[in-house]
Amino acid sequence: MREAGRPVRIAAGQGFWGDWLEAPYRQVTGGPIDYLMMDYLAEVTMSILQKQKSRDPATGYAKDFVPQMARILPLLAERRVKVTANAGGVNPRACAQAVAAAARELGLGGKLRIGVVTGDDLLPRLDGLLARGHDLKNLDTGRPLREIRDRVLAANAYLGAAPVVQALRQGADIVVTGRVTDTGLTLAPMVHAFGWRADDWDRLAAGTVAGHTIECGAQCSGGNCGVNWERIPDLANVGYPIVEAHADGSFEITKHPDTGGRISVAGVTEQLVYEMGDPTTYITPDCVADFTTIRLTQAGKDRVHFTDIKGRPATDKLKVSLAYFYGYKAVGTLVYAWPDAYRKAQAADRVLRRRLQDLRLSFDAIHTEFVGADATHGSLAGRATRFADLPEVQLRVAVRSPEAAPVERFTREIAPLILNGPPSVTGFAGGRPKPEEIVAYWPALIDKGVVEPCVELVDV
Amino acid sequence: MLLLELAHARSGDKGDTANVGLIALKPEYYPHLVKHVTAARVARHFRGLITGKVERYELPNLHALNFLLHGALDGGGTVSLKTDAQGKVFSTALLRMEIEAPR
Repeated sequence: MREAGRPVRIAAGQGFWGDWLEAPYRQVTGGPIDYLMMDYLAEVTMSILQKQKSRDPATGYAKDFVPQMARILPLLAERRVKVTANAGGVNPRACAQAVAAAARELGLGGKLRIGVVTGDDLLPRLDGLLARGHDLKNLDTGRPLREIRDRVLAANAYLGAAPVVQALRQGADIVVTGRVTDTGLTLAPMVHAFGWRADDWDRLAAGTVAGHTIECGAQCSGGNCGVNWERIPDLANVGYPIVEAHADGSFEITKHPDTGGRISVAGVTEQLVYEMGDPTTYITPDCVADFTTIRLTQAGKDRVHFTDIKGRPATDKLKVSLAYFYGYKAVGTLVYAWPDAYRKAQAADRVLRRRLQDLRLSFDAIHTEFVGADATHGSLAGRATRFADLPEVQLRVAVRSPEAAPVERFTREIAPLILNGPPSVTGFAGGRPKPEEIVAYWPALIDKGVVEPCVELVDV
Repeated sequence: MLLLELAHARSGDKGDTANVGLIALKPEYYPHLVKHVTAARVARHFRGLITGKVERYELPNLHALNFLLHGALDGGGTVSLKTDAQGKVFSTALLRMEIEAPR
């Protein structure tokens, strides 16, 4: 147990579903921590999980989470480390049951309590909500949800820290949630440990800023950092971030000793502005945080201190993340080699587009990029004359359509170019491109009162 | 000189909008960035690459500016056909900007 006065140490173990499998184990074994926070859910993840659940009602959660937990469960129990994770996806109960089964197999029966947070899944309630006048219009375009209602695949309200706090108060060692905000998973342990009130806006904002800082894992501890990037030590052994939180709302970001990476004011600032909108108004279910009030100081090697964070009252809405079927896309690539690599790739693009036109295929969009020349920076990459002597260029053509047929036909037009188009072409070993279904994102708001978070406990 | 010599940056996405956080490499460069890296100038820099407007927010405590580039991602997320569908390298594209040297 944590002694009074000591900071609460919350370690980031996963910045997204697909993040480094070694990170959670290293966070638990590299030094003392109180909580392990694991963020799994990106905007369209829920639709993938919803699809899995429709095929098999025992699925619909981040499957990787279960072996991850099995690997560290004995250590968690021994060291009294608690876990907050939104790995539950659209089926947190099944996820909790799978973790419970793994725990029993490890002989941890009677030693573990799992909290389950649900109530975020609005898909079964969607028609009722629309009928009662919640039009869930698109936050970006203003269009009403009715336009795409029949294509909706997932609908989840973002819950905040409150239900996670409730689970911790009821003695949960592991809290498995559905769509709880990334920041809420970090804020909840602080609210629980320090007993912060639900209207203590400055402290809630501080915990939210801490959550934003570590929610992308190593992206605040040396990963993807542009400042003297070649001098960031030992990224192979990168240390994931740890928040050391104090009761007054101040905190430090640090990492375990003997790990690689770097925690500096510059690197942490890069993460603070990542995916930022209006920095004075960072809206979460818990509060509105003002990122312009943050003061940072380097408080030692690999240690940045945060103070003076201000917050404002939470709004009366929750954000809802909807996913809907949009159409199909495919990407075809070929590599053209010196001499005249860029001009050959351009010529191949013209031939391909002419053939698509002659076939009378209709697309929403055809998008061409020349990888190695201007794919990422467009015209800012310089004039075409700069590309005259490139050793190779990858032609990358992508198409999008509401219909599958034209996209399917497009995928058969790439390989022929190898023998019937411009010369010195290679890079087709991967075979014909595959058409992909596009599941698009639809952000909306809903009245807070409509969503009722629910907490259940599973004793192992 | 190139903005790369005065600042570093990180970018990401919100739907079809890319955000670029631009951070002064030294605190004393920040007022220079505020003065010269205006929303209008960033909009000119990205002309032809984005379809919407550019907004700018100031974070003086962090010596940072945040730019929102609307209509930057061909629909964004899973809809986008771009290699950089999530706007991850708009950061370095901004750092290509030519800027007056600070005195």
